[in-house]
Amino acid sequence: MAVTVKLPTQLRDAAGGASSLSLDGATVGEALQGLPDELRSRIADDSGELRRFVNVYLKGEDIRFLDGLGTAVSDGDEVTILPAVAGG
Amino acid sequence: MPADALKCKECKTEYPLEARFVCERCFGPLEVSYTLPDASPEELRRKIQAGPHTLWRYADFLPLAGPARSALPTGWTPLVKADRLAERLGIKELYIKNETANPTHSFKDRVVSVALARAKELGFDTLACASTGNLANAVAAHAAAAGLPAYVLIPHDLEEQKVLATGAYGAQIVAITGNYDDVNRLCTEVSGERPGWAFVNINLRPYYAEGSKTLSFEVVEQLGWELPDRVVGPIASGSQFTKLARGFQEFIDAGLVAGEVPTMNGAQALGCSPVATAFAAGTDVCRPVKPDTIAKSLAIGNPADGPYAVELARRTGGSIDSVTDDEIRAGIRLLAETTGIFTETAGGVTIATLAKIAARGDIGPDERVVAMVTGDGLKTIDAVRDTFEVTTIPASLDAFDEHFAPVGV
Repeated sequence: MAVTVKLPTQLRDAAGGASSLSLDGATVGEALQGLPDELRSRIADDSGELRRFVNVYLKGEDIRFLDGLGTAVSDGDEVTILPAVAGG
Repeated sequence: MPADALKCKECKTEYPLEARFVCERCFGPLEVSYTLPDASPEELRRKIQAGPHTLWRYADFLPLAGPARSALPTGWTPLVKADRLAERLGIKELYIKNETANPTHSFKDRVVSVALARAKELGFDTLACASTGNLANAVAAHAAAAGLPAYVLIPHDLEEQKVLATGAYGAQIVAITGNYDDVNRLCTEVSGERPGWAFVNINLRPYYAEGSKTLSFEVVEQLGWELPDRVVGPIASGSQFTKLARGFQEFIDAGLVAGEVPTMNGAQALGCSPVATAFAAGTDVCRPVKPDTIAKSLAIGNPADGPYAVELARRTGGSIDSVTDDEIRAGIRLLAETTGIFTETAGGVTIATLAKIAARGDIGPDERVVAMVTGDGLKTIDAVRDTFEVTTIPASLDAFDEHFAPVGV
């Protein structure tokens, strides 16, 4: 399964300026495993868990409302990584 | 207290005072750090007391490079001694910080004042925000006063009063078919693509958030340079709640007041209570929720500062409680009929929570308590619809006497 992973501006320098990457995997977590080490270490800790101020969305829905990193993906899906910010 | 850096709250990495809000190493939120002031407490106090009757009297504790000013004066709102409400709740000494007295009738004028001043210093040409309503009002008004274009992004189902009171200032309103968390996600993406735009609560967030400290500064000064024992305030993202404590701490560190950070009690609506849920569960992981409450200004299902709010409540011996929509309506009524202050649903959440912790016996017999009433009831007028009766009669004395017989006759 190939998904498009959209990168926030904070990660683009480390991705050579790319705003998205095409990665393979059957789940969100597997796809994110395909990120270059330099990028992955910024959004996840050593055990592979997402850091607490990182939000990941599958087709616009926060994966914490789905099955987290174990959420299954389909070919062509869009995964978005964003920093957590709030304040209305 | 000059600002010297932006510092990651998670890994402590430091960055220059630019328009950045996220640590590039760990995605943690950035916060302004300061060096301790050179001036003595007496000098600092004299300078504050000689300052304007706005939040800029605390400019030494705010992250601006140049002189602080704004076209729409904000802050220095009344601290109202609420004796009748205190008596009803069995509290010895109770004050209401009445933020309805700000230019757009909520505390958001404070955070926008600081964000706008810093945005101009950094060269931004447009003001923008993701909002649950109050922030939209404030951004629209302050941008108009400063002569900047404004874009406000809001959930499509916001209270009509807040939408109308934003459009009146000429801001471009963008209603998103989704909830606040969807709006926030979109704004985070857009802010990366519009370099000239200052999204006050996203890319300007470290500066914006500092504005909330001025609530605490004012409380201390209005109490005659003393600290309250307990503060009750609403929690949406948790930003204001954590900055209240930071404000008290900075005045303590600067020698302006002696004592400890007050016991901090957070208030959420049951229909959007991820932070209260985390507190009750003994964790700081705030699992996001889909909000369903009349307290729309607090309807943030994915609260970014939630973990820090939980830590703060625990550290100070406080709590984070949630209240039902009916309790919120009762809280609005209770405040109005005992103080003459008409608050929006967020204030209803705060007062209902205050009543709850008072009834639980959490408040000691000698405590001095401050409740943060952060917004005006005219913004959420539907919350009081059908809660009272209007008597309609013809213009005749007989009809009046029929309904309202003279007492004692």
